[in-house]
Amino acid sequence: MHPAFSVIFFTVASGAGFGLFSLLFIADFFKLGGGFNQDQLVAGGLIAMGLVVFGLLSSTFHLANPKNAWRAMSRFRTSWLSREGVFAIVFMPLALLYLGSIMFDAPQWLRVGSGFLTAVLAWITVFSTGMIYACLKTIRQWNTPLVPANYLALGYASGSLLLLLGAVIAGLDTTPYIAMSALIMAIAAVLKAIYYFWIRSPGLSPTINTATGLTRAKVKLLDTGHTHGTFLTQEFGFQIARQKAGLLKLVVFAVGFALPGLMMVWVFNQEGGHVAAVVAAVAGILGAAVERWLFFAEARHVVNLYHGAQRC
Amino acid sequence: MRLGLVIDLDVCVGCHACAIACKEWNASGTIGPLSDYQPYGAEPSGVWFNRIRHYEMDEYPNNKTVNFPMSCMHCEDADCVTVCPTGASYKRAEDGIVLIDQDKCMGCNYCSWACPYGARELDRSSGTMKKCTLCVDRIYDQELPVEERQPSCVLTCPAHARMFGDFDDPDSAVSRTVRERGGFPLMPELNYNPTNTYLPPRRKPVIPVDTQPKGGLKESIKQFANKLVRR
Repeated sequence: MHPAFSVIFFTVASGAGFGLFSLLFIADFFKLGGGFNQDQLVAGGLIAMGLVVFGLLSSTFHLANPKNAWRAMSRFRTSWLSREGVFAIVFMPLALLYLGSIMFDAPQWLRVGSGFLTAVLAWITVFSTGMIYACLKTIRQWNTPLVPANYLALGYASGSLLLLLGAVIAGLDTTPYIAMSALIMAIAAVLKAIYYFWIRSPGLSPTINTATGLTRAKVKLLDTGHTHGTFLTQEFGFQIARQKAGLLKLVVFAVGFALPGLMMVWVFNQEGGHVAAVVAAVAGILGAAVERWLFFAEARHVVNLYHGAQRC
Repeated sequence: MRLGLVIDLDVCVGCHACAIACKEWNASGTIGPLSDYQPYGAEPSGVWFNRIRHYEMDEYPNNKTVNFPMSCMHCEDADCVTVCPTGASYKRAEDGIVLIDQDKCMGCNYCSWACPYGARELDRSSGTMKKCTLCVDRIYDQELPVEERQPSCVLTCPAHARMFGDFDDPDSAVSRTVRERGGFPLMPELNYNPTNTYLPPRRKPVIPVDTQPKGGLKESIKQFANKLVRR
């Protein structure tokens, strides 16, 4: 699949934003490390919402006819893309209600209630983002429950690193934030490793034989029938060399997981301070972006069987 | 009604006439135009509803070239319709034709991701997705003589490799042909239940290749002499 940068930016930014917001609620509820004060919570919440809004806006850049984008809410009952949009829109007023109840010292039940609902909605929205890809039977690398699991784990991992940065800047006790982030990062890394292992074997995917129905003999493509590239070759023809993919997987684990982990040790030992936390957050998000690029680059759509692939 | 096409892989000669006729009719049809990019340039490309690929089956001396026209299969369980977030893609209840409302499409490409057959192509000049309409603006046209109320690709095919009809009617020509010839759908394992059906190439006797008579002494001398004498 062609890796579109607007979609990569959208999924990474909005994932981090939703992750940050729901973890912010947990940090607020349990007063982790002493707890953020009002202003810090509101600032963090607004940063999270900013990431989500920027992500959603950038996702419209890959639309060929964005003037109809408002219609994307209309097929909530069948389309995961529609659901994702609706949940993301509903998230906004709820998030504002939560931040407002913090700012204006609303009763505890309103603050906790709206915060909890917002956190759940953030979770559902990121799940929907993953399901946009996981529901496609045409791409075996995507058609697995590991995809929404990866989207959730990586979104929350990026969010937890941003929250840790916030805790360092606010001068809170960082130990609970490091523990939370380390746990989420470990889960995300393991899930990603299982995903990479899982997509290695083709399983029962379609072949050139089932694609042409000529199942009794070897089949090979002689001619694609087009002079130059088509929409199909531009959208689905992208291929990445196995070696390059392997190298990028190393980058995902080294930059996305190992480096933030190392930085967390520094923060825990009270070394490095702000810089270590900044490096951890930037590296985590950069790793997530590389992971997302690879997620598209490694996906092989079955239409490639009509362009010469023997198996997808 | 469940309207669709039968494509006979045994007789298709791979002339691309169906694709040309399709482009000609639909460029000015309900979903047109079908934009071309650099049609006379170095890298010609454009929107087509019908594409013909060419395959080789088996190995010499049992090999056979199979010409393979493909357009929208008008699937019974069309994921392209259910994934569409705007409601632009829809499947008609009365005849099963899958269409795209050009006024609602936002060009997100998601439906083309859901289609395993590559039937949907984005028109970059209008920013909307386009696909085979089964010539919905021909087949119901009362102004046309009855025998011409068929998709352009079917009418134009010089080899009669394409048939159009109702698959719900067990006595229709398409249903009977599919039964008799053992027609099959493409990629049935994905469970899209495509309506369009393909007829397999017939089995033909292998043409023997070692039946040239052995020459004998006279022939050998002749061949030897031919090699020596420069014409």
